Amino acid sequence: MPEQLSAAPSPQRLAYLRAGRKRKRTIHTVQLLVLLLLFGLWELSAVLGWSDAFLVSSPSRIVSTFTHLLHSGNLWRHVGTSCLETVVGFTAGTLLGTLIAVGMWWSDFVSRVLDPYLVVLNALPKTALGPIFIVWMGAGTGSIIMMTLAISLIVTILNMYMGFTSTDHSKIQLMRTLGATRRQILRMLVFPSNYPTLFNTLKVNVGLSWVGVIMGEFLVSKAGLGYLIVYGSQVFNMDLVMTSVLILAVAAVVMYQLVLWLEKILNKHWGVIL
Amino acid sequence: MGMIIELRHVALTYQSPDGEVEALKDVSFSMEEGEFCSIVGPSGCGKSTMLSLIAGLEKLTGGSICIDGEEVRSTSPKIGLMPQRDQLFEWKNIWDNVTLGLAIRHQNTPLRRAHVKELLERYGLSAFARKKPGQLSGGMRQRCALIRTLATDPRILLLDEPFSALDYQTRLSVSADIYRIIRQEHKTALLVTHDISEAISMSDRVITLSGRPATVKAIHDMGPLRSLSPMERRDTPEFHTFFNSIWKELDINA
Repeated sequence: MPEQLSAAPSPQRLAYLRAGRKRKRTIHTVQLLVLLLLFGLWELSAVLGWSDAFLVSSPSRIVSTFTHLLHSGNLWRHVGTSCLETVVGFTAGTLLGTLIAVGMWWSDFVSRVLDPYLVVLNALPKTALGPIFIVWMGAGTGSIIMMTLAISLIVTILNMYMGFTSTDHSKIQLMRTLGATRRQILRMLVFPSNYPTLFNTLKVNVGLSWVGVIMGEFLVSKAGLGYLIVYGSQVFNMDLVMTSVLILAVAAVVMYQLVLWLEKILNKHWGVIL
Repeated sequence: MGMIIELRHVALTYQSPDGEVEALKDVSFSMEEGEFCSIVGPSGCGKSTMLSLIAGLEKLTGGSICIDGEEVRSTSPKIGLMPQRDQLFEWKNIWDNVTLGLAIRHQNTPLRRAHVKELLERYGLSAFARKKPGQLSGGMRQRCALIRTLATDPRILLLDEPFSALDYQTRLSVSADIYRIIRQEHKTALLVTHDISEAISMSDRVITLSGRPATVKAIHDMGPLRSLSPMERRDTPEFHTFFNSIWKELDINA
């Protein structure tokens, strides 16, 4: 394994590190410039009348819409509603999906029986189920969460089950010779060795849950970013639509980063958790 | 008769939708307590399967296997397996890896822990107890795998090509190392390998198997070599005699 040199770094090393930092700085600067350029052109086209600000909005209009939302106190209600629905959706989807995958790993019979149903449900566009949920659960948060669940559940089951069944057979044999029960094999080997699978699934589910939440809010809602977008388009307030889409982008990224951060923290203390 | 392992007319036939596969046929041999035997045979002949049967991981379809006079029905604390490659759990540190068996059997007592600590100490690993397997060399990982097996104090060790993933240099020193530990701990050991020289250098007796369906072809007693270490054995004329006769035996069948 690479041993860290304790002596002072050589000039070549310093030059290498300097070059690396410089390149990183350049990339960040260009990224920021691209963003500013896009927004600048957008604003300019609205001001100079190249485009119809009524249809495409403009950054300055977005800013004023945003401050208006912020001051009216409605912003946090809408953002909070959508975020809550998303978090509940992907948490429930991941937990329930993992649980079902555990059941399938436990019993080959169950997994064989479920197989064709999973194939059909996986192929089915889950948004088609939206109206059914609305009829069953009413026009509200329940339906929206069911929608996100429907979208993320099947993928979770398939991913986790695949991960569970690809656990190294020799390691299972080893645990059996040490006297392990099926439960111990699950807890001490199959589950921890699929920790990366779980987090990859969770990351996918964060994205899928946003799809479910926004789709759900398009269909039925009184609050949320999806509601703002669909309401804005209905009253032809494109400023509101654009603002909501941008807020949505930020919220989705923040949530994804939180999951990455959570993974890092758990990874660091993994030995403590299990 | 004081035989710790006794196989009598062991047979194993796999059933699958495509038909029957006869893996083992009329395999008989026995081992005394404290003996070191090796099984060599053409690849895919069912050597590893035999270990699975002895370990109680698979059910045989004919004959019987007795450990210490008792017929094998399931896995037993008397038997420890050293699998192909070391199979250490990468997410656990060395201490948690070597005490895996104790955790499984709920035997994590101060006495047992002291025993494992002593083993780590004796075989130069105590400084690495808090390290992850990824930070250790191949040879050290093998030693950890052996200590994990020794931690639950089995009387019999089954070694399933444990050195197959190592390069030649490492392999020579690690096999000598493992040999020394097994002898020092007075364990009965059954090694499966495809490396004839490894079998001769480590064992008291070498059992050769035929191709599928596998059956015992011959049992070679290493006689004068028994008292020598693996490295010393490789320099003797007998080593080459044994090598040639075993090699020919396997070659005819291949």
